[in-house]
Amino acid sequence: MYSIVAGGGKVGANVARSLLRMGHEVTLIEQRPPRFEQLQEEFQHQVQLGDATELHVLELAGIGRPPQLVLAATGDDEDNLIICQLAREGYRVPKVVARVNDPRNQEHFDLLGISQTVCATSNILGLVEHEVPEHGIVHLLELRKENLEIVELQIDRDSPAAGKRLAGLNLPAGSRLISVMRNGRSELAEDRTVLRPGDQVLAVLEPGKEDELKRVLLKR
Amino acid sequence: MKLVVIGCGRVGSAVAREFRDDGWDVTAVDEKEEALARLGANWSGGFVVGHGMDSEILRRAGADEADAVVVATNGDNTNLVIAQVVKKRYGIDHVVVRILDPARAEFYAKRGMETVCPTQTAISELATRVRIAEKSLV
Repeated sequence: MYSIVAGGGKVGANVARSLLRMGHEVTLIEQRPPRFEQLQEEFQHQVQLGDATELHVLELAGIGRPPQLVLAATGDDEDNLIICQLAREGYRVPKVVARVNDPRNQEHFDLLGISQTVCATSNILGLVEHEVPEHGIVHLLELRKENLEIVELQIDRDSPAAGKRLAGLNLPAGSRLISVMRNGRSELAEDRTVLRPGDQVLAVLEPGKEDELKRVLLKR
Repeated sequence: MKLVVIGCGRVGSAVAREFRDDGWDVTAVDEKEEALARLGANWSGGFVVGHGMDSEILRRAGADEADAVVVATNGDNTNLVIAQVVKKRYGIDHVVVRILDPARAEFYAKRGMETVCPTQTAISELATRVRIAEKSLV
């Protein structure tokens, strides 16, 4: 597979290195000359100097072939968004993936149709929430392509679901419980599983079903 | 009529003043508070300090109810993203965006954006002048 990775910082360089190790063909684009020289020692002809939002730089990197994948991994969200648009709309690159640096910019990527995004800050925030006791609903993973997400909820004493078997719960359509974690041990959710206060439940659901799920599991 | 100008540098501030003088309701947005000085001592329009990528700043400037929006910060990609967001989120038809790189300006113009490229204007103008000079030499 041929890929272009825009942005040769820690994220871009590591992804490019991994793709190369897997036997793929990669061109890495880096615009800062000192960083480019550093990268050149390792990546040699597989790194290109220039601003990846300039069409001639993308063309030198081989965007016209086109690559199967363009990853926009620079430290600038506007640049990443534009790189994805240029690749997808200008060169018919089938798959574009953008790094979102500031989670507040996520809405812009969504609005402009760049659906494959990765935001380290949001991911870290999700993991932190996961560790905080007495949380409501925590988003652990978003499977955008599948239009599903995996969330975690904690059952407390007031929960309408506490003491009930899963089979007897009226879960919203488009949602399913995956597992129940109790006293540090996790078990797959079965019809006969009985929920107890303190249980941490993983659920898979369609986005937008969170409120219905919360009503069944959390709010009385 | 309401105009929102995002990026209040030499270009943005001059456009803002021109339309203010025409009687428009104008609000300028800039990251730096100092940019207010470019609008003149007796600026009677609105001025919001903040980044145009920030939806809250856009709303505060009234971009959601503007008749026209001019996007002229000093970053091409920032301008392109803000212009598309304003157009799509608020349904503003008249969004004019300044882009310095001719290639990107052409690319987005072909996709329906109202782009203004001062670099391309300079290139065309310089070439025209040289051609005129060339004729007088023959």
